Amino acid sequence: MSGAIKKGKSPSGTPDWIKGEAAALALMAASAVVGYGFFPDDLGLLTRIIAIACLVLSLDLVMGYCGVITLGQAALYGTSAYAVGNACIAGVTDPIALLAVGIVAGALTGVVSGVLITRFSGLPQLVISIAFGQLVAALANKLSAFTGGSDGLSGIAPSALFGVFDFDLVGNTSFGFSLAVLTIVMMLLLRFVRSPFGLMCRGIRDDALRARMIGTSVYPRLIAMYAVSGAVAGVGGALSAINVGVVGLDSVSFELSAEALVMLVVGGAGSLWGALFGAVLFQIFQHIVGAASPFQWMTIVGLVLVAITLFAPKGIYSVVRRGVGIRRWQAPS
Amino acid sequence: MTTLLSIAIDALAFGMVLFIISVGLSVMMGLVRVVNLAHGAFAMIGGYIASTMLVDAGAGFALSLLVAVLGTIAILMPVEYLLYRRIYRNADAFTQILMTIGLTFLIIGIANTAFGPTSKPIPLPSALSGPLDIGFRSVPAHYLLVIGCGALTALALWFILEKTQFGTRIRASVDNAAMAEALGIRTEILYAAAFALAVGLAALGGVLGAQLLPIEPYYALRYMVVFLVVVSVGGAGSILGAIAASLILGLASTLGKYLAPEYGDFFFYLTVIIVVFIFPHGLLGAKE
Amino acid sequence: MAGAVMTELLRLANVQMAFGGLRVTQDVSFTLSGGDRVGLIGPNGAGKTTLVNLVTGDIRPSAGRILLEGEDITHSSIAHRVRHGLVRTFQITRLFRTLTVADNVALPVLQRRGLAGRFLSSATERPEVRAEWMEILSVVGLEKRAYDPIDVLAYGEQRLVEIAIALALKPKVLLLDEPAAGVPHEEAHRVLDAIAALPRDIAILMIEHDIDLVFRFANRVLVLANGALIFEGSPRDAALDDRVRSAYLGSYADARRPAQG
Repeated sequence: MSGAIKKGKSPSGTPDWIKGEAAALALMAASAVVGYGFFPDDLGLLTRIIAIACLVLSLDLVMGYCGVITLGQAALYGTSAYAVGNACIAGVTDPIALLAVGIVAGALTGVVSGVLITRFSGLPQLVISIAFGQLVAALANKLSAFTGGSDGLSGIAPSALFGVFDFDLVGNTSFGFSLAVLTIVMMLLLRFVRSPFGLMCRGIRDDALRARMIGTSVYPRLIAMYAVSGAVAGVGGALSAINVGVVGLDSVSFELSAEALVMLVVGGAGSLWGALFGAVLFQIFQHIVGAASPFQWMTIVGLVLVAITLFAPKGIYSVVRRGVGIRRWQAPS
Repeated sequence: MTTLLSIAIDALAFGMVLFIISVGLSVMMGLVRVVNLAHGAFAMIGGYIASTMLVDAGAGFALSLLVAVLGTIAILMPVEYLLYRRIYRNADAFTQILMTIGLTFLIIGIANTAFGPTSKPIPLPSALSGPLDIGFRSVPAHYLLVIGCGALTALALWFILEKTQFGTRIRASVDNAAMAEALGIRTEILYAAAFALAVGLAALGGVLGAQLLPIEPYYALRYMVVFLVVVSVGGAGSILGAIAASLILGLASTLGKYLAPEYGDFFFYLTVIIVVFIFPHGLLGAKE
Repeated sequence: MAGAVMTELLRLANVQMAFGGLRVTQDVSFTLSGGDRVGLIGPNGAGKTTLVNLVTGDIRPSAGRILLEGEDITHSSIAHRVRHGLVRTFQITRLFRTLTVADNVALPVLQRRGLAGRFLSSATERPEVRAEWMEILSVVGLEKRAYDPIDVLAYGEQRLVEIAIALALKPKVLLLDEPAAGVPHEEAHRVLDAIAALPRDIAILMIEHDIDLVFRFANRVLVLANGALIFEGSPRDAALDDRVRSAYLGSYADARRPAQG
C-alpha cells in the first residue's frame, strides 16, 4: 500500500478500494462462521475483541496515518463507554441510538484530545497525551456519580436490536451486532484513508513542514482526524458498554492505552489491516496465556515485544505483507 | 501558614525523590535521545535488591544501599549492551517505546514471580525511621536523608559535568554528537558510562524514596509516566531543569493531595499539560 | 512584452532579522514583479536562505514588512502564503517519502482545488485532477515514474518532483533554493529545462552559487553579503561592481573560470 493512486485505475478495472471492502465483507462472513460455528461458548470474548479492535483502529488513524505518538487513546474509548452507559441508564435503550451516543461522545473527546495532543510533536506530544489520559482517568475516578468510581458503572441494559434480537448472556446478538458494526466501520475507514483527506494526513506524517509548504493548515487537519479517530474509538466504547453491561475504570486506564499501542505496533501501523490483525492476535494470545496468571502474561508480552523490536520492527503484519513507513523520532520542533 | 510549610516540606521531599530518579533519565535522553519508559523499572529493581538485603539478609542500611545501586547496574549493563545500543540516536519512536515498554513488562513479570505482588518494605535505620520535630510539626526523619541526598546528587552531578573530563565529553556529545565522534570521543563507552550513572541514580532514588513510592511489581508501570513527565518538563539533558521540574511537579502533586485528594492526580496532570504548553521543550529548553 | 506594465507581486520593505544579538538580515528591501527572473547570490553565510525563510514564513522578521500583491503577509502563516501564490522549493529535497510521485504531485493539486478536505470520495481519481498531475509530470519528464515511491528515484529526479509540486501550486512568486545543487552533471539540464518551462508571467527568485547558471537564467541579480543587500542590477553590472567583487574576494574569480567538459 504505497499510495492512494495506483496504476490502471481505468473505469473498467477493479479499483483498489473495492477489493479492500470486499475483503472486509469476506472477513466478516468468515468470522461469523468461525464464531458461531466453532466457538459458540466464547462469543463474549470475541465480542470484547471486536470492541478493542475498534480502539486499535482508532489509534492507527492518528498514529499510523498521521504520525501522532500517543499513550492516551483509552480516554476516548472509556469516555464513550461511560457516556453510552449513562445514556442507557437514563432511558436511551435502543442499541443503534446508543451507538450514535458513543460516536458523538468519542468524536467530542477526540477533538479536545486533538487540540491538546497535536499542538506539538515528539516528546512534548507523548507527554501531553499521557497527561491527558491520566487526567481523564482521575476524573473518572472522582465523578463517581457518572462512572460508579472504582465499582464501575453497571446496570446497562440495552433493549432488543431492531426490537427483535435480545442482548442475552449467551451473546449471539452481541457478537453479530458487533461484527456487523466493525465491518461497516472497516469499510468506511478503508475508503476514508484513500480519500484526499487521508492522503494529506499521510503527507503530514511524512513531513509536516512540506505539508504546510503546499498550503495545508496542519493543526486543524490533525484535529479533524482526531474527531474521526474519536468516533471510531467511540464505536468501540459503545460496543463495550452495550455488550458487557458494565463499564469500569480500566476502560480509561493507562494500561489500556499502552496495550492498544502494543497491539498496533505488533500488528503494524499504517494499513488498518495491521491494526485489526494485531488486536485480534494479541487478545487471543492474551486469553490463552493470560488466564494462567496476569504476571506470567506480562513476562511473556515483554519478551515478545523486545523480540519484535529486534527482529520485526515493522510489526508482524508487515512480515506477512510489505508494511508502510514508520515515523522517525524527530527533534522537538 | 503551618499548612503551607507542611506542604512545602512534603513537596520538597517528594520532589527530591523525583529528581534523584529522573535526572539520570534526563541525561540519557539528552545524550542518546532514547525515550526510556523502563527507567522506573530500574528504580524498582534497586528497591527490591535493597529490600532483600535489609529484610532477608539482615544487612545494614548503608551496605544494602550500596549493593542495590551496584547490583542494579550489574544487572542492567548486559541489557544496555544487547538492547539499548541498538536504539541510541537512530531509532524511530515506535521502536523505542515498544522496546522499553516490553522491557518494563518483562521486569514487572519477573519481579512478581520472584517477590510476589505485595509491596516490599525498606526498613530504615532507627536514626532515620522516627519522626523529627522541626517546630511546627514532625516530619519523618528520612525526609532529611532524601533532601540531603537530593542536594548531594545535584552537586555531585554538577561537579561531574562541569569539572571532569567525563562530564565535558558528555556535554560535548549532547551538544553535537557527530562533532564529538569526529574529535575522537569514544561515544560507545561514554554512553555506557552515562547509562550506568543513570541506572545507579535510579536505583538510589528507588531505595531512598520507597516510603513515598512503595516497591511493588506495578511500580514500574505506575510511575513510568511520572519520570518521563519530569524529564520532559525540565528539558532533556538539563540538570537544572530536572531540579526545577522535580520541585514544581512535586509541589503540584502535594498540593493536589492536600487540597483536593479525591481528585487524585488530576491537578498534577493538568499542571503538566499547562507547563508543557508554555514550555514545550522544557523549562530550560532541550539540548539538541 | 515590451511596453507591458508588470504587476508588483512581492515587496520587502526594510526587513531585518536578528538571532539573539546577531543581525542576520539587515534592512533588506526589494521588489519582484511579474516576469522577473532574479538571481540571489552572495558568499556563503551571507544569509540567503534566511532571507528566503523570512519570505516564506518559516521565520518572522524582527522588523520590516513583507507584502504579497499588496497584502501584508509579514505575520501570516506559511500555509496562508502558499495559498496566495508564494511557493518555494527546498535546497535539500523535502518530499513525502512514503508516498508515490503521483501522490506527491496530486496533493498540491487537490489542495489548490480545495479538494484536500474530502473525507469519503476518491477525488484523487477525478478526471480533471488526474489530468492535471499527469500533465505536470510530463512537463518535468517524469510521467513514466508516476507510480514509483519517492525513495527509488535518483536525486535529480527528486528535484524534478519538487519543481513539479511547485508547478502544481500555480505560484505567482516562486522561490528556488539552489535547484541544481547536488544534482549530478548529466541530470542538471533536466532541472534547468523544467525551470525554463515555467510560466512567463510569474516572478522567480533563485538562490544559486553557480554563476554561469545565474547569468543564463537571470535578468536581475541581488547580491547579499553579511545579511545586507549590497547590489541590485543586471548580472553584467554585478560582475563589474567593486563591492560585489570584494564581498566574494577570490571566490568570484574562481566561479567565473569556464566550466570543465
